[in-house]
Amino acid sequence: MEVERESLRARQLRARDLLRGDLEGRDLEEYVEERLLTTTLENVLNWGRSNALFPMTFGLACCAIEMMSMVTSRYDIARFGAEAFRASPRQADMLILSGRVSVKMAPVVRRVYDQMLEPKWVIAMGACSSSGGMFANYAVVQGADKFMPVDIHVPGCPPRPEALLHGFNKLQRLVRGEPDLGWRERYNAAGTEEWARFESGEPTKEALERAARAVEGIEDA
Amino acid sequence: MPDAPGLELIAQGIEKGRDGTVIETSTEHGRATLIVNPDGVLHALSWLRDTPEQGYRFLSSVHAADYLPATPRFAVHYELLCRERMERLNVKALLADPAAGDESNGAAATEKLPELDSCVALYPTAEYQEREAYDFFGIVFRGHPDLRRILMPEDYVGWPQRRDYPIGGEPVLFTHNEIEAPRWFE
Repeated sequence: MEVERESLRARQLRARDLLRGDLEGRDLEEYVEERLLTTTLENVLNWGRSNALFPMTFGLACCAIEMMSMVTSRYDIARFGAEAFRASPRQADMLILSGRVSVKMAPVVRRVYDQMLEPKWVIAMGACSSSGGMFANYAVVQGADKFMPVDIHVPGCPPRPEALLHGFNKLQRLVRGEPDLGWRERYNAAGTEEWARFESGEPTKEALERAARAVEGIEDA
Repeated sequence: MPDAPGLELIAQGIEKGRDGTVIETSTEHGRATLIVNPDGVLHALSWLRDTPEQGYRFLSSVHAADYLPATPRFAVHYELLCRERMERLNVKALLADPAAGDESNGAAATEKLPELDSCVALYPTAEYQEREAYDFFGIVFRGHPDLRRILMPEDYVGWPQRRDYPIGGEPVLFTHNEIEAPRWFE
């Protein structure tokens, strides 16, 4: 305890010397080396993103109860920086598909996803949104990845909040590891953007140019 | 529920206005049921609603059922409630399948749908429930103000709760159907 206090005092004095400009030569170099870390901007950006994901407030079925308890103090997704569920897709960058997606709900889910700004990620939570689960019938989509890209599948019926947290940690790794690409690039889906259209149904000139640029970007890379 | 003699009295009362409306009465499973001719549904319902000593003024449910392979194939159930006496009474209209027997016509045969008079004018609550019966069983209610699908997507094709409708989904391999694909894991 006494030793720790001594070393803290020593470090405080050294910091004071630096601020005063009294630190010189080898001492100065040591001081800087201890405190600096070099990396690329991309890494820092992705690290920041992975620790500040904003999920969309979007519950589909019973899995949503587990998703909600993931936010409570017992499981506490705030530890990983994703506790702020946004009520608008414009402010969210993660969509958790918590439950079965019925045939009638699928266009709504897709629309919410399309309204989110890139980069964006999707977790399919539970058996139903991953494969249709027990609902192998006419009314439920057999896996949400039939109509939208999904990054992480979390198995379970429903998965416990710990399982979803594990899936979320995997997603964080994905965000950190992957270079900064939108989902269209990740899924080779360039050129499938929804275009601004005239009333006649023809795409506008700007929309066409933007789509062409996107395709060129992929081909060059 | 009315007891068996009471049910017979009700049947006689309905028959007095119009012969041949009630085909059968039944008190099975603790439910008094009048099985009526589909043409006489409105007559039976309005008699039960408007006769002062009956007073079945509350319609708790309208639903359809498919009894394939029985004939007639479909039935529409009306569950009535008298709130003064807390008595329940079921009215069941049996409907034949107009598309039965002419499979040779192919797609045209499936377009022939069973029809029944709508009781929305008597019981406004029936509007959505008749839409549901139409949505899932393809039973057309004549005189319904707004007969379209209610739960399935509007562009859906087919009547999914019919017994001859494929269940859908994708085949999943369990141990009980493993024989069809032996050593599938290799």
